[in-house]
Amino acid sequence: MRLDQRLIADMIEPGTRVLDIGSGDGLLIDHLFRHRGCDARGIELNMKLVTRSVAHGLPVVHGDADHDLAHYPDHAFDYVVLQRTLQAVARPREVLRQMLRIGRHAIVSFPNFGHWQLRLKLLLNGRMPMTAVWHTAWYDTPNIHPCTIRDFLALCAEEGYTVEQWMAVDEEGERAPWRRSIRLANLFGEQALFLLRRQGG
Amino acid sequence: MFFPTGPTLRLENEHSLMSSTTPLEIGSHQHIRFDEGLELDCGVSLAPIDVAYCTYGTLSERGDNAILICHAFTGDQYVAETHPLTGKSGWWERMVGPGKPIDTNRFFVICSNVLGGCMGSTGPRSLRRNDEGAEAPWGTDFPPITIRDMVRAQYKLVSALGIERLFAVVGGSMGGMQVLEWTVTYPHMMLAAMPIATAPYHSAQNIAFNEVGRQAIIADPDWRGGRYWQADVVPARGLAVARMMAHITYLSEEALTRKFGRRTRRGPASGPGPEGPVSLFSDIFEVESYLRYQGSSFVRRFDANSYLSITRAMDWFDIAADHDGELTAAFARTPVRFCVVSFSSDWLFPTSAARALVRALNQAAANVSFVEIETDKGHDAFLLDEPDFDRTVRGFLCGVAEHAGLV
Repeated sequence: MRLDQRLIADMIEPGTRVLDIGSGDGLLIDHLFRHRGCDARGIELNMKLVTRSVAHGLPVVHGDADHDLAHYPDHAFDYVVLQRTLQAVARPREVLRQMLRIGRHAIVSFPNFGHWQLRLKLLLNGRMPMTAVWHTAWYDTPNIHPCTIRDFLALCAEEGYTVEQWMAVDEEGERAPWRRSIRLANLFGEQALFLLRRQGG
Repeated sequence: MFFPTGPTLRLENEHSLMSSTTPLEIGSHQHIRFDEGLELDCGVSLAPIDVAYCTYGTLSERGDNAILICHAFTGDQYVAETHPLTGKSGWWERMVGPGKPIDTNRFFVICSNVLGGCMGSTGPRSLRRNDEGAEAPWGTDFPPITIRDMVRAQYKLVSALGIERLFAVVGGSMGGMQVLEWTVTYPHMMLAAMPIATAPYHSAQNIAFNEVGRQAIIADPDWRGGRYWQADVVPARGLAVARMMAHITYLSEEALTRKFGRRTRRGPASGPGPEGPVSLFSDIFEVESYLRYQGSSFVRRFDANSYLSITRAMDWFDIAADHDGELTAAFARTPVRFCVVSFSSDWLFPTSAARALVRALNQAAANVSFVEIETDKGHDAFLLDEPDFDRTVRGFLCGVAEHAGLV
C-alpha cells in the first residue's frame, strides 16, 4: 500500500462504512476490512482490476466516478474516498457533491498543479510542464481538470464543505512538512490530501 | 400462424428428428415427495409435489456450508456427475467438485430439478389421477408456474434437508432468475447470492425468442394438442427446431464464426457418391449440421410440454413488478452479499441488464460485487472455460466465508 493510502486509512474511524472510488487493486479496502473492521467497498473502472479484487473476495463493482455515484442513496457511507483521480473526472464539482451526498465525509487526494516546478517550467519554457507527477503530454493526458491546493480550497468554500484535515504529500506518499502555511504547501506539495465533511453532516 | 413444412424444413438426416424418438422415459431420480404440495402463484394448489435433487460434499455439523445451485432452463440436477440419461458429464463439472471453484471438499452442494421440469420433479409429464380415476400425465393441463414457485419448491427441499440458512445460492441464466427470486423471497435464508448471466426481468426480445420456440412445438403435428403420449410419439421436430433457434441465442456471432465460419460438408441427403443428384442441400454448412445435432440430442432428454411451461415461467419473471415497479424496493435492507457476473458477448442477457441490477442493488445500499467477463463465447460462456470467471466464483465465495468468520 502506498504511504498516502496509509495516511488515508489513518483518517478513517474503525468499524465504519467506506466506499473507495477507483479502488484499483483493492489494497485500501482490504486493509480497512482486515485491520480496521470497516465495511469497505470499491468502484473501479479497469475490469482487470475489478476481477482481481473480486477474486480476492473484495466487494468491488465495475463503474466510474462520473456515472455511477448518482445511483447510491444519501448517507449510505461514513467515508467516500477518491484517490489521485479528481483531476481526471469529467465533472469534478459534481463528483464531490455526489461524494458528500452519499458519504458523511469525503477523502480526496489529487496532484497539486501549484507545485513550484510546474510554475517554473511554464514560466521559463512557455510549454506545458512535464514532471515526474505530470508526465503525460497535454494531448494524451487523462488529467483534464488539474487544480492547485488553493483552487481546491476555494471550491470547498464555495460549496460549503468543512475541511477537517488537509496535508501536502510528496509523490511517494510521505507527508510533507508544509502543514502550517497553505501558500507554502501549494508551492512545495506534490500531492494534496483532504478530509472533508458536509456542513451539518 | 404460418409455419412452413416440407423440404425447406426437412431435418431428417444422420440425426433423424422425425420419428425414431420414442417418448422419454421418466426413470428414477433421487427425490423427496411433499404430500402437502404447494400453493402456486396462479392460485392452484398442487399436491403432492416431488422435488428431485442431487447433492455433493458433506453438510457441516453447524449446517453452515450449503450452496444451492439453480440450473438453467434446459439444465437439471446432475451438476457434477454423469447424466443417467445422456451419459454425458455433469453440466457444471468444471465448476463444481473437489478442489473446483465451488469446492465440494468444503461446501455441501445441492441442485434440484425445477418445478415444471422433466428430470424427476413434478412437471407436465408427471402422472396425476384424472376425473375418471385413471393415471395420466398432466400435459398442458399442468398449472402455470412461476420462477417463484420453483424457488418455493427449492425452499421446501432445503428445509427438508435440515438446512436453516444457505451459505450461498448460485445460478446462471434462468438459474440466475431463481437466485434473484431467492434473495427477495427468502432474504434471510442465505449469506450470499451469485446471479450470473441473468436479468431482473425477461426482456421483450427474450419473450419473443421463447414464443418462436413454443410455436415450433405447437405447430408440430406430433404435439397433438399437448397429448402426444396418447399416440406414443413426441413432437420431436418442433422441439428440435425450438432448440436450434434457442441455441443460436446462447452463442455469439464471433463464436459461430470461430467454430464454423462458412465451412461446408457433404450433406447426408446428397446420395451415395460424389456424382449424386444436385440439390439445394447436397452440401450443408457446418453450422447447420451442428444445430441439427443440438436439436436431435435435445429431444432425447427434454419434454416438449416442460419446454412450454418453463419458458412461460421465464417470460413472466419480473422482480420489480411485485414491488410497484421499483427494483430497488425489492432489495431494500437486504442482508445478502451479491456478486453479479455478466459476459461481454452475451446478447441474451447483456451486461446492460446486469448493470441495471447492480445499480438497483447499489441504490438499496446492498453489498455487491460486479464483474463483466471479457469473452466472445456469448451467453453460454458461464458453462465454458473462462479462467477469470472461475477465479471470480472461487474468490467471492472465499471472501464471503472470511467475512462471515467461517474460515
